[in-house]
Amino acid sequence: MAAATGVYRTTYQADMTLRRTKAEYVRLALIVIALAGAPFYLSNSWLFVLNVAGISVIAAVGLNIVTGYTGLISLATGGFLAIGGYTTAIVTTRAGLPTPLAWVAATVLAAAVGAVFGLPAGRLKGIYLAITTLAAQYIIVYLVRSWKAVTGGLDSLLVTPPKVGGTLITQIPEKWFGLEGKSEHFAWYWVILFFATLAVLGTVNLFRTGLGRALIAIRDQDIAAEVIGVRVARYKVLAFAISAGMAGFAGALQASYRSIVTFERYTIDVSIVYVTMIIIGGLGSVSGSVYGALFITWLPEYIRHVGSGIRSGSAFGFITEQVVPIQNAAFALVLILFLLVEPRGMARLWQRAKDYFRLWPFRY
Amino acid sequence: MQTFVTLTMNGLADGAILAIAALGFVVVYKATGIINFAQGEFLLIGAYLIHQFRTVWGWPWSVAIVVAVIVAAVMGMVIERLILRPLIGENAIAVVMVTIGLSLALLAITLWVWGASPFPPPDFISKETVELLGTNVPINRFVAIGVAVAVFTGFSFFFRKTKQGLAMRAVADDQQAAMAQGINVHRVFALSWALAAASAVLGGMILSQVNNAVQLELSVTGIVVFPVVILGGLESIAGTAVGGVLIGLFNAYTGGYLNGRIEGFDGLQEVVPFVVLVLILLIKPHGLFGQARIERV
Repeated sequence: MAAATGVYRTTYQADMTLRRTKAEYVRLALIVIALAGAPFYLSNSWLFVLNVAGISVIAAVGLNIVTGYTGLISLATGGFLAIGGYTTAIVTTRAGLPTPLAWVAATVLAAAVGAVFGLPAGRLKGIYLAITTLAAQYIIVYLVRSWKAVTGGLDSLLVTPPKVGGTLITQIPEKWFGLEGKSEHFAWYWVILFFATLAVLGTVNLFRTGLGRALIAIRDQDIAAEVIGVRVARYKVLAFAISAGMAGFAGALQASYRSIVTFERYTIDVSIVYVTMIIIGGLGSVSGSVYGALFITWLPEYIRHVGSGIRSGSAFGFITEQVVPIQNAAFALVLILFLLVEPRGMARLWQRAKDYFRLWPFRY
Repeated sequence: MQTFVTLTMNGLADGAILAIAALGFVVVYKATGIINFAQGEFLLIGAYLIHQFRTVWGWPWSVAIVVAVIVAAVMGMVIERLILRPLIGENAIAVVMVTIGLSLALLAITLWVWGASPFPPPDFISKETVELLGTNVPINRFVAIGVAVAVFTGFSFFFRKTKQGLAMRAVADDQQAAMAQGINVHRVFALSWALAAASAVLGGMILSQVNNAVQLELSVTGIVVFPVVILGGLESIAGTAVGGVLIGLFNAYTGGYLNGRIEGFDGLQEVVPFVVLVLILLIKPHGLFGQARIERV
């Protein structure tokens, strides 16, 4: 009788001890502490940036589902954000209905439009599909700009701020918890944190389900996926719908937070920014989308911050005078450099850094 | 009738510009398989180079055009060498995004160097009008069409009669077979980017004339190239000419006849090309002259 060789694990829990290390829990604790403490020590302007980044996380994670995990590039995120934002504005202000209803409507409508523009995915691949989403972006923004009767056209629309039991969300910290002198960003921080966490956890777990595995199979080898019984066309449309729905929800949240919607926030540039976020973060990595969203939101603000600190006329005065071109150039440069140097993004950089220290002093 | 003539001439001139832009796009796509989102910025750089050489430095127009074409061609080759070549073999998303990054970088550089305010177009093309079928048509519309015809004739000669042109067609047809025949595929890649950037100088020149300004907004044309190439077929040079003229005319007629007629929808000509694009992709994805690849799944 042969003796047992090697290590056998007979339960799922035993398997997971390999992945759930102490370092993981320490890191998680640090992240929780940092997230809980952030609104107390950040200045108002940086808290605002963090909130904007948090909303971006939701849309970026959604985009990663369709682009990073299913392998279909989408250049229509701006359009889906627009659908979410304008739906919220119209439902809350024009129809006078409560905000949660508006958010649901925004998500559903954006998902439906996403599915419609995902339909060509049944026949088209790669580049053609990317061009379809480009067209979707232009058509949606055109409708927003031109359909004056509904969207107000070039003028902005106001969004009624959400209330909980008759109290404005922004006043809850003061009225319910007695926290005086907190800005509106403080209250919104918790709302955004909640939904961003939900989006991240939901997406991580989505890829443990059959649906998520099917999407990854389509990305890696669509013919093989079809052969083993994945309905490729149906799942592609579904991926578009989920992604668009998340973008729509992010747009809804953004509209309520900023309390105003204008078409300028939803142009093709916005779509490009979102694809850049997930590329810099790492395609097919949820944590990557978070890093990317934080970094890309922070970068232009930081450049502006640096620019405003420098006197014009000094040796670096050109930074103050040329803030916009420098922001654009820095963004483009970061995108190009990441693609050339580390196409798998920050998630991969983080992995490599961890490996480096784990294996130190050996190379591998 | 007068409106019709004006609109037709405007449409043909726009179509000529679109055709030149699409030509550069298709040359790059055929040779390298890359979708170039920076074609509009190539047009922009072309327009600004000619503005710099002719209007700012006062060079003779012929010298200005020749030098601008050479500078743009070198720029195209440098871009290919530094940015696109390292990405050979990477996935399509990375390549698409790097050309988008390139377009943003070129736009930022243009904004940095020349600023945001528009300049008058170079002065060597007459602003006069001539009478055609009872209406006045600016001469620059004819110049635009003439330049496009010249560019297409030149390219067709290049692809049919020269060794490099034949090499490019061979690479477009079958990269590995071309390599086995001793064709330097990397040189063909570099050449295709040089041609795309160089032809864009002429496109940008007439674009600034027809728009009567040298400004950043000219790069929008790069996006309208997509409907043109999808309509014409991504692999077809002839398709770019037909697609360009069709989209140009279509835009002009929509703008001229439908604008303001439908309550609440102005500027329909901006969106019509994209509606056409989606319809073509749904009905006949390989366009009028493209290769039909049959792929199931």
